[in-house]
Amino acid sequence: MEASLNGSKTATIVARAQALFDDLSFASAREWKAAAPGRKVVGYMPIYVPREIIHAAGMLPLGIVGGGDQLEVIHGDAYYQSYICRIPRSTIELGVSGRLDFVDGMLFPSICDVIRNLSGMWKMMFPNVYVRYFDVPQNYRDDIGGNYYVNELTELMHHLGELRGQPITDDELRHSIAGYNENRRLVRELYSFRAQRPWQAPAAEVYLALRAGLVLPVEQHTEMLRDYLAAAASEERPRRDNCRIVLTGVFCEQPPLNLIKSLELAGCYVVDDDLLLVTRWLTADVPTEGNPLHNLALAFLHQSESTAAKYEPNLKEKGQHLVRAVRRSGAEGVIFACPSFCDPALLERPMLQHVLKDADIPYIAFKYAENSGQMQPIREQAGTFADSIKLWSGT
Amino acid sequence: MTTTIVTPKAAPAKEVEKDASMVKQKEMMAAHYDRLTSAPQTGEKVVSTFVPGNLNELTMCFGLLNNLPEVNAIQNGLRRTSGAFVLEAEKIGHSEDVCTYVKSDIGMMAKGNIAPNGKRFPDPDVLLLSYTGCFTFMKWFELLREQYKCETIMLHTPYMGDGKITPNMIEYMVKQLKDEVIPTLERISGVKFDIDRLREYLKKSATAEDDLVHVLQSAKRKPSPIDAYFGGIYYIGPIFGAFRGTDDAIDYYRFLREEVEARLAAGKGPVTPDGDMGKEKYRLVVEGPPNYTNFRQFWKMFYDEGAVVVASSYTKVGGVYDFGFRHDPEKPLETLAEYCLGVYTNRSLPMRIDMLTNYVNDYDADGLLINSIKSCNSFSAGQLLIMREVEKRTGKPAAFVESDLVDPRYFSAANIKNRLESYFQMIEQKRAATRAAA
Repeated sequence: MEASLNGSKTATIVARAQALFDDLSFASAREWKAAAPGRKVVGYMPIYVPREIIHAAGMLPLGIVGGGDQLEVIHGDAYYQSYICRIPRSTIELGVSGRLDFVDGMLFPSICDVIRNLSGMWKMMFPNVYVRYFDVPQNYRDDIGGNYYVNELTELMHHLGELRGQPITDDELRHSIAGYNENRRLVRELYSFRAQRPWQAPAAEVYLALRAGLVLPVEQHTEMLRDYLAAAASEERPRRDNCRIVLTGVFCEQPPLNLIKSLELAGCYVVDDDLLLVTRWLTADVPTEGNPLHNLALAFLHQSESTAAKYEPNLKEKGQHLVRAVRRSGAEGVIFACPSFCDPALLERPMLQHVLKDADIPYIAFKYAENSGQMQPIREQAGTFADSIKLWSGT
Repeated sequence: MTTTIVTPKAAPAKEVEKDASMVKQKEMMAAHYDRLTSAPQTGEKVVSTFVPGNLNELTMCFGLLNNLPEVNAIQNGLRRTSGAFVLEAEKIGHSEDVCTYVKSDIGMMAKGNIAPNGKRFPDPDVLLLSYTGCFTFMKWFELLREQYKCETIMLHTPYMGDGKITPNMIEYMVKQLKDEVIPTLERISGVKFDIDRLREYLKKSATAEDDLVHVLQSAKRKPSPIDAYFGGIYYIGPIFGAFRGTDDAIDYYRFLREEVEARLAAGKGPVTPDGDMGKEKYRLVVEGPPNYTNFRQFWKMFYDEGAVVVASSYTKVGGVYDFGFRHDPEKPLETLAEYCLGVYTNRSLPMRIDMLTNYVNDYDADGLLINSIKSCNSFSAGQLLIMREVEKRTGKPAAFVESDLVDPRYFSAANIKNRLESYFQMIEQKRAATRAAA
């Protein structure tokens, strides 16, 4: 990657994304807020919230995915036992250290018991911030889960309207839906491009480009994605003799950037993953005609990603999303990278492994924390996996 | 590297003393296990479901026998077989980081699925996933479904994140019950749903719930006639398990209430495995589940020091009744929804803090002790904040110990005993300071 970054357009875009990634004080979001009076920022955690509603309120949705490997956690550890994952403690650290003092609201989606309980902690610790546990249906019938979800969305829309001092209109929401549709189309295009030519769009760059979408206004992020795609397609880069893998389990606590880089250095092109799923949770355009909340609800029920935090009602369908990801991206294997103590990822893993075994797809597994520093064992494991795929697949 | 768990050989055990109610409870549980393991012969159909949010009154309408995997894991913990089951599950690919209830269950299945009565558990006819207050439940039943390949019903209970039950939550749950849960149970059981039958069961539930609350609240008296954690676990067994809504439960809780009233009248404290407890020296509120692999040893650390638990959150995990909720036959489906929504682990963290603070004050406790369970993020995530907040609000000292539900590797007797002893010293100091200030 380094060699391709000398003064190229790609390098400029990636450098900007890297700067946003490195900035744990969220300067760009602070600047956005300060640029006009009355602006508000609403944070959200993985996996999914309908950012369209926040945007429709004229607010900036801000993705909070922990503190990464550059944040020294001092206060956060005092809130958690050693057997609880790292993301809540570094998120608490961000809050307690004042790094999120400009955030007016926080949404904690239904993903696991740790994030769920963090919503209550946030209420206690930051009483002046609007805090909501954002529940989503585990029943996918329009007249059951759909109705429930529409009512939940209505309540959220109402609360955010109150927060800005003026109700959100349907037209504002339709406009925001259109903006996010465009953004998701480009994310899908980027993933498709990488699956075809992974040497042109290294995993770490794709990750940084996506990650920028957690802090930038969607319009700016869409522009960044468009620019990156154009630049990545136009700059020829050396193609390595790497195998192609799908990376899974990384949907909440983020792996260190070095971990993602290490996989490719070890011989594994990442051709699909479940990083930052919020950027492509809805898998098709949400209609901009009709009732916008109803449209968002239907998209959630019928056209959204599969992941461990979501109930799969059909046994035969369990894990097939991963098999499809492998087939679609032309991958030769799967790497399970799960955060330590992550209930969703680790409880799901054996079931997914059984499905992969039945489909004759090779896999390996390891655990990480967002502050893991030692990459050598991971590099060796991934390298051995890549070698074994090259040597033995198809025999 | 392999790990071998060795259970030290104990000296010949002294006869454990039990209340008559404990003996009766044990007989009820044993009879239920016999009924379950005889199901292949009797033709009774079996539903596996969970303790929090269990719908015993509803499943009984279809003649289904309930099998509760957490209770099986507890039985394996108490019998000290869970350690080997957990290892078995880890051997076949389950992470060392995740819930040991799940791994004990999976390991037990891998080793023949033998019930506490020595006979094989029947395969369930249906898995009723009452997804209430615990994320792991969802994965657990997906894992079981993979093994049994039987039908699975999801009943999603929304979380009380804002500390209240909304009409939307009730409507969502009732709709799931009406349009999915009940029709599927009708199809699987071949029994048509009769709402009046459900009303009858709910009425019986409420009667037993009244007596249970009376028993639990007897701990407000000094000395407390019960231990509301270690003893409380015996008391909740029938109502959290297969007996809520039955005449057996009514009989049991009436019997228990009379027994406790007799102890109250005699000015007696709780019965421990070593007999009547001595002088009550410390009154505690406990948050979190117990450790089951060393249950008796853990309890002994309390009663040897004269510590009695006067209220606990764990005895509310299968239903919170002491703030007024009762199953209501007048609104049968709504009441089931309300019950599920209200269970302890489905309550927001601020609600849990309020509840524990109330317990410390209302039961005139000396403080709060948290037993933090490695396996259980639903309980454990946030407990350090709970501890500080309850301490702040009550002015009473709090303490924190760690163990696990059914994994013997995470029970360190020496550490826990040290911490408890330090805690009792803290309480003494606090009392001395209060006396000096008076």
